[in-house]
Amino acid sequence: MHSLGAPPRRPGELSFAARRRLFLIGGAGLAGLMLWGLEGLPDYGDFSPLYGQLINDVAVQERSTTAVVTAVNFDYRGFDTLIEEFVLFAASLVLVLLLRRLREEKVGPPAEAERRVHTTSAAVRLTCVALVGPAVLLAIYITTHGHLTPGGGFQGGVIAATALLIVYLGSDYPTMERVGPMTLVATAEAVGAVGFVLIGLGGLIATAEFLENFLPHGTAGELISGGTIPLLSLSVGLEVSGAFVLLLSEFLEQLLEIQPKQGTEP
Amino acid sequence: MTAVQAVALVLVASGAWATVMARDPVRQAVVVSLYGLTLGILFFSFQAPDVALSNIVIGAVAMPTMILLAIAKTRK
Repeated sequence: MHSLGAPPRRPGELSFAARRRLFLIGGAGLAGLMLWGLEGLPDYGDFSPLYGQLINDVAVQERSTTAVVTAVNFDYRGFDTLIEEFVLFAASLVLVLLLRRLREEKVGPPAEAERRVHTTSAAVRLTCVALVGPAVLLAIYITTHGHLTPGGGFQGGVIAATALLIVYLGSDYPTMERVGPMTLVATAEAVGAVGFVLIGLGGLIATAEFLENFLPHGTAGELISGGTIPLLSLSVGLEVSGAFVLLLSEFLEQLLEIQPKQGTEP
Repeated sequence: MTAVQAVALVLVASGAWATVMARDPVRQAVVVSLYGLTLGILFFSFQAPDVALSNIVIGAVAMPTMILLAIAKTRK
């Protein structure tokens, strides 16, 4: 492995000393502005916004949800989460588009001579086998208990994606693709994204308000409680895990399956 | 400020410094993963477990993985 030293200076490029002078001037200005901004901040640990106090007081009674952050994410500010979900959805779509196979690239494993991949050691494989189960279980727990304890669909979804990454770490890309086939992953992402909207439309039909929590709220602290909150959390979990697995698969596919045309430098 | 919060702040500051000081991108990807973990501890110590959970997975696993894969692709 070669380390990246300072690249040779091109004509017209600033010297290191000049760049440092420029940084010192800019850095001093930024530091001054930030210190000025610190003046207006509340004291350390001082928490007095009314909105936060109000939500803390009413969320448990109103929505039978003991995790107030999740209640805000999926109910009081559910529409924001809908937009955020589609930001991730759009980002993953764009990535799939960017990392598609180009006409001059060929599909196939790299030539043996180019492969510098070491075989996975038995210790790593064993650790991965031991980790996959707990990771999946943790993902399910975090997703389904989002309305009771910290966590929720986003956190659980990303943990589920890392479980598949552990599969890759302990085996190889074909095995990872067998465990999580592209069609399944893409379907999960789409179902999650559409599910959120459909639950929102359910609120529109039942109460004439989009994303209104229209299901019975149940008893606070029970697994089935909080009305639509756990369902929205679950759909976000599906969408997020699908999106992240799709991102990782696309990157891995670029690395392992798609080769530039012979004779051209990448 | 509790002792745990102070320790977490120091950890984050040293993690950020270490990330900048590691000049090789591959090393940097590994160090930034540790930095993501310290940020998770910081969020947790400031009573934001939801954010801590996200950051441990995104900052310590997903982002370094993508950096590593991008480096591997461009160096091939």
